[in-house]
Amino acid sequence: MTDTRIEPVDGTTVGRADTPLPGTPEPGRKQRSRFVQTVVRVFMNRGAGLGTVVIVLLFAFAFIGPLVSPWGFSQIDYTAFTQPPSGTHWFGTNGIGQDVFTQTARGMQKSLLIGLLVAVFSTALAALAGAAAGYFGGWTDRLVMFFVDLLLVLPSFLIIAIISPRIQNSGWIVLVVLIAAFGWMVTARVVRSMTLSVKEREFVRAARYMGIGPFRIIVRHILPNVASFLIIDGTIQVGAAVLSETSLSYFGFGVQTPDVSLGTLIAQNQDSALTYPWLFYPAAGALVVFAIAANLVGDGLRDALDPTSATGKRQKRTGRKRDQNQAAVDAATITTQAGAGA
Amino acid sequence: MVFRMIRFLARRLGYYVVLVFLATSLTYFLASASFSPRSVYADRNPAPAAAVIDAKLDHIGVNDKTPLVVRYGHWLGDAVQGNLGQTIQDKSVNDAFWPRLGVSLRLLLVGSVIGIVVGVLVGVWNAIRQYRVSDRVSAVVSIVLISTPVFLTAVFLKIGATKLNQDTGTQIINFTGEATPGLSGSWLDLLADRGVHLLLPTISIALGLIAIYSRYQRATMLDVLGSDFLRTARAKGLTKRQATFKHGLRTALIPMTTLFAYGFLGILTGATFTEKIFGWNGLGAWFIDAVGNNDVNAVTAYTLFAAVVVLLAGFLADTMTAVLDPRVRRS
Repeated sequence: MTDTRIEPVDGTTVGRADTPLPGTPEPGRKQRSRFVQTVVRVFMNRGAGLGTVVIVLLFAFAFIGPLVSPWGFSQIDYTAFTQPPSGTHWFGTNGIGQDVFTQTARGMQKSLLIGLLVAVFSTALAALAGAAAGYFGGWTDRLVMFFVDLLLVLPSFLIIAIISPRIQNSGWIVLVVLIAAFGWMVTARVVRSMTLSVKEREFVRAARYMGIGPFRIIVRHILPNVASFLIIDGTIQVGAAVLSETSLSYFGFGVQTPDVSLGTLIAQNQDSALTYPWLFYPAAGALVVFAIAANLVGDGLRDALDPTSATGKRQKRTGRKRDQNQAAVDAATITTQAGAGA
Repeated sequence: MVFRMIRFLARRLGYYVVLVFLATSLTYFLASASFSPRSVYADRNPAPAAAVIDAKLDHIGVNDKTPLVVRYGHWLGDAVQGNLGQTIQDKSVNDAFWPRLGVSLRLLLVGSVIGIVVGVLVGVWNAIRQYRVSDRVSAVVSIVLISTPVFLTAVFLKIGATKLNQDTGTQIINFTGEATPGLSGSWLDLLADRGVHLLLPTISIALGLIAIYSRYQRATMLDVLGSDFLRTARAKGLTKRQATFKHGLRTALIPMTTLFAYGFLGILTGATFTEKIFGWNGLGAWFIDAVGNNDVNAVTAYTLFAAVVVLLAGFLADTMTAVLDPRVRRS
């Protein structure tokens, strides 16, 4: 196949790839778009396929569950206190007669919404800050990197806990903003180092000599070249953000009553696990199953988008050095997952 | 060469001191802006007179009528002399800090050492036996563990232990607090008692770490196992074991040092959950209570501790990299 695509950074296939030269059409074979290709690859990976299905089911549970349930999530049934699962209350009821099924679905919904929004915001922030640091260099770079270092010293969990008394009445959107605002640093670091190599390339120089402004160069020429990394990282961030949110809510620093999230449900019902198991296990199970699924999809996406990194099955003993970026991505995952503090 | 290495480490250390200072100051300002210490006294029933409250808050150094910069100046002046101020109950922060530091460090150190050592060993074992049953089982177990947040692991362990105690009818595993209060006996009994209490909290911290580190160690080890220098080492007559550990593991550990450093942030947050859930009077639990109590000085003291510990971990990782990797020393 003759190839016109721009040679990608660190071997990653990027951008509008696979467009054959005009005049040399491949006879009889339709080109699949990169998007379709990626989707096919993700589903070829057994774990990632399963993960996607599970996530879709959980989303359905979270958003359709409250609609099909006859109960509201804070509605109290005075005829059923701490009842085990039955026909009227599918997952049973808690000590004040609230329906556990509806509460779990509603909590899941909140946690998922927060996770998704945080992932979008923090990845966007990381992309801009990292690319600006790498592209401009000099004092911009030093400033951004110093900020990154500073926030790496202060666990974000700690900062949000301190701010939490202020935001208790401000609703969950503020929580999203806070988790995102303190969760972009490691990603930005990786974007910065990738930008450093992309900005030396001919097409960036060409764009600069044509008089295109720096912001436009970053958005149109640099970010598309780190897109695969951003997509992979964004997926992992969803799972990590859900864990952050639940951890904060567990201590009462996150989602506030009367609203519920998986974290508040687990915190409320942790002591009932042995006596009234139906109170504890739905929320705890939903959280773990979702996190596992998100991890599987993240791994699958990485395999599909980044040929240089083969996690799990396809890895061969190649003697290849893991590059710096990979180490930093690993570090990102570890920071967010080890303590669930994102 | 040693001199260069020392200079490299000294420069890092200087940078770290600046970071600690800024992180702590930032927390002081954030906490002062976010908390309302006045409400702690004003909401009491019966409410004390305004003048009494002012005097109390002035003494603690958190009166919101004093400009923030002045308060910060006083706090900083005391802090550089080693006095971290008064808690909201008007007791010395230092007196509360040191005993809890011991409790927290015990948990953090034992947990992270077990996590790192076991994680690395499991990772190497999996890499050597790639695709065997043990490797596949490890992969599944670790993805489940990685997906379980610390507070859930801790609660699950607690449930398991309670069930075990109920089923056997005896308290086999005690898990509340650091030791059984009022227990008497020889020092050996006391030590054993403390050991049993340490069991569950440590496992809950270490499990997640083992899962994560083993996955990454497996990956870095696999990269190294096929390399030319390992073949050379074998060719010059080393046994497989010697070559794997002396040449292979050493190289495969270098990228891991960064992970160990970053991982410590996670361990620290994780420990707040563990301490709270298992009733340990450590700094993590103290911090959570301090946020609830609007206690500016205590929260700042905890941040100081967190920043210092995280940077010490980073510094250790730098040193480890410099020791393991000759290229760092030369550049």
